[in-house]
Amino acid sequence: MMNRTVYVCCGTGCLANNSMDVYKELKRLIEEYEVDADVKTIVKSTGCNGLCEKGPLVKIEPDNICYSKVKASDAEEIVKKTLINGDIVNRLLIFDTAQGKKVISHKDTDFYKCQQKIALRNIGEIDPGNIDDYIERGGYEALRKVLFHMIPDDVISEIEKSGLRGRGGGGFPTGRKWRQCYSIDNFPKYVICNGDEGDPGAFMDRSILEGDPNTVIEGMIICAYSIKSHSGFIYIRDEYALALKNMDCALRQARERGYLGRNIMNSGFDFDIEIVRGGGAFVCGESTALMQSIEGNVGEPRAKYIHSVEKGLWGQPTVLNNVETWANIPEIIMKGSDWFNSIGTENSKGTKVFSLVGKVKNTGLVEIPMGTTLRELVFKIGGGIIGDRKFKAVQSGGPSGGCIPESLMDLPVDFDTLKNIGSMMGSGGMIVMDERTCMVDVARYYINFLSEESCGKCVACREGIKRMLEILTDICNGKGSEEDLDLLENLCHTVEEASLCGLGKTAPNPVLTTLKYFKDEYYAHIRDKRCPAGVCPELTEYEIDEKLCKSCGLCAKNCPASAIRGEKGKPYHINIESCVKCGNCIDSCRFNAVGVKKGARL
Amino acid sequence: MFEKYPKEQRYTLAMLQDLQKEYGYIPREKLLELSQYLDIPLSKLYSIATFYKALSLTPKGKNTIKVCDGTACHIRSSKSLLDEIENTLGIKPGETTKDGKFSLEIVNCLGSCAIAPVMVINDKYYGKMTSSKVREILKEYGGADDE
Repeated sequence: MMNRTVYVCCGTGCLANNSMDVYKELKRLIEEYEVDADVKTIVKSTGCNGLCEKGPLVKIEPDNICYSKVKASDAEEIVKKTLINGDIVNRLLIFDTAQGKKVISHKDTDFYKCQQKIALRNIGEIDPGNIDDYIERGGYEALRKVLFHMIPDDVISEIEKSGLRGRGGGGFPTGRKWRQCYSIDNFPKYVICNGDEGDPGAFMDRSILEGDPNTVIEGMIICAYSIKSHSGFIYIRDEYALALKNMDCALRQARERGYLGRNIMNSGFDFDIEIVRGGGAFVCGESTALMQSIEGNVGEPRAKYIHSVEKGLWGQPTVLNNVETWANIPEIIMKGSDWFNSIGTENSKGTKVFSLVGKVKNTGLVEIPMGTTLRELVFKIGGGIIGDRKFKAVQSGGPSGGCIPESLMDLPVDFDTLKNIGSMMGSGGMIVMDERTCMVDVARYYINFLSEESCGKCVACREGIKRMLEILTDICNGKGSEEDLDLLENLCHTVEEASLCGLGKTAPNPVLTTLKYFKDEYYAHIRDKRCPAGVCPELTEYEIDEKLCKSCGLCAKNCPASAIRGEKGKPYHINIESCVKCGNCIDSCRFNAVGVKKGARL
Repeated sequence: MFEKYPKEQRYTLAMLQDLQKEYGYIPREKLLELSQYLDIPLSKLYSIATFYKALSLTPKGKNTIKVCDGTACHIRSSKSLLDEIENTLGIKPGETTKDGKFSLEIVNCLGSCAIAPVMVINDKYYGKMTSSKVREILKEYGGADDE
């Protein structure tokens, strides 16, 4: 008998758009209409499919149909038309901007075609709450291979040869980390998964923890076996409620099936994992701070002249890797290091997951081979800028990363290239910015974030970032001077040099890169007292182009301050006195008639 | 409620989080009790309770509104949501309404960047928010009066 499966995406993005109602409604209707009569139909809730922009997504296999923006009220039509009669509901298909037409399968869109999934291989294809789904797709086979056919030394060699580098940001070779820990003769040893994804604009780890928790567990057990550890921890942000729930459930099921706990798969090897909930401190994503937090202390980093592989959690040898790194391990073991090594660039092997967000058409989660160009990522996979506005920059690497301008868009994405241009890979946030994004405001935004998240241990980081914030705020308010820019750069170098951990060392990046690539915007704020993007309220005035205005009144309708007046047949006007500079009018105008007033203000 | 954890320092954060969930904040008496239970000085617990953002020493409103100000939300003008909430409820981030109905918080990235800007009330996510949607949703929670 043929099986048919309906997959309903229940990642956080789709859940916010009520995908759970869609799931329940489909389930109810399938039972009611007895669709099971000749084809067995199963409805599954899955993790994030990536294309959150078009959610909730409903996939039907093996028919290879994907519906987007599905509402609970569409369920009946899907059941009657597609499941019973085998017809396609046209209006629910995804519109692929690149081809300018609707496509039946999501796999036909540029968004999915350019991707290669390793870490995300199962997400969207399995029900994360059911370990059998994972096993059906080859889950825990890598563990079996390791436990019964490989000695620890072989496992580590394989990871070393694969060239896998840590996906958490630093890019330290994973195999080397394991080797160092393996060679130390001090027990107990610990294995930690860093799931404290605090970077604003990044949700790779959340999606993996939610959508495929077992792959993380399997990766950790494989490492534990090779370094002879018996105890592991998964540190997950408290904000990630669904990830916590799914991981808890996966750990329980893995224990029941004998993949975790005592005598794993009757091999005689013991290993168990505990979940630790994070407390909402960004700095705890730093490995030594995270270990402090697990121990029940305030999460302050320590100097790293003694590595964690030697003295980590409770002073014992510890291997800590990021969620995405763990998710790569089982695939490398199964397919071999040569296979993994063949993907990517010379010093960055494999793929990388990015959360492509901001002012881009196809926002969502993507996994691409290392070496893909930024242009391909933003314009092909991302589909370009919302409203076809002008691209300005893409910000990578979270608060410690940098802003990359148009001129560098043809560079390949890998660890070293991004570092060379002043940004970094980070954990994989890619935030696309357009002409309506103010780069001075972006720099201020990150510095503000970091000033709140600095733990306060190092003076340079605690005080230096605060002073930088003051200067940037002044510039945004039109009170900046040109000398400020030199002072700012000076401060940047001091903070960089005199801070202990990664947070402080990389904190100046957003300022340095915007100063380097977007200095004209700083000058516009300082000399002309004008914010070219129309973001900084003190330095912004909007105006309506009388020639372009069709007096449709949409801007007035969207104005929260009722600052726009007009009547039919005559161009509308903005009352500058009551304008709150929210930009709704610019975004809502379909004729490009509203814009930021040009020329110096004073 | 402490009994389910062994008397070990490493469970401090988990216990504090449980208290936060139970009471909506961490009451002083409970912090004292915890200090005795774990035999950890109150000052140390205080430093932990003030370090982590998930913990609060002051009571929260019945409904907690979280506005995400992650980068993706920020550049899709999350600030206009905050302005709208301030207009409607008269509270700034970190404050609670006088009637104890609402607290407003800014959070750094909820990992829902694809549907930015995002607002969360209690545990419900609202994506692709606009100021006019904010007003309507607040009404559902009995927040915005008709003018």
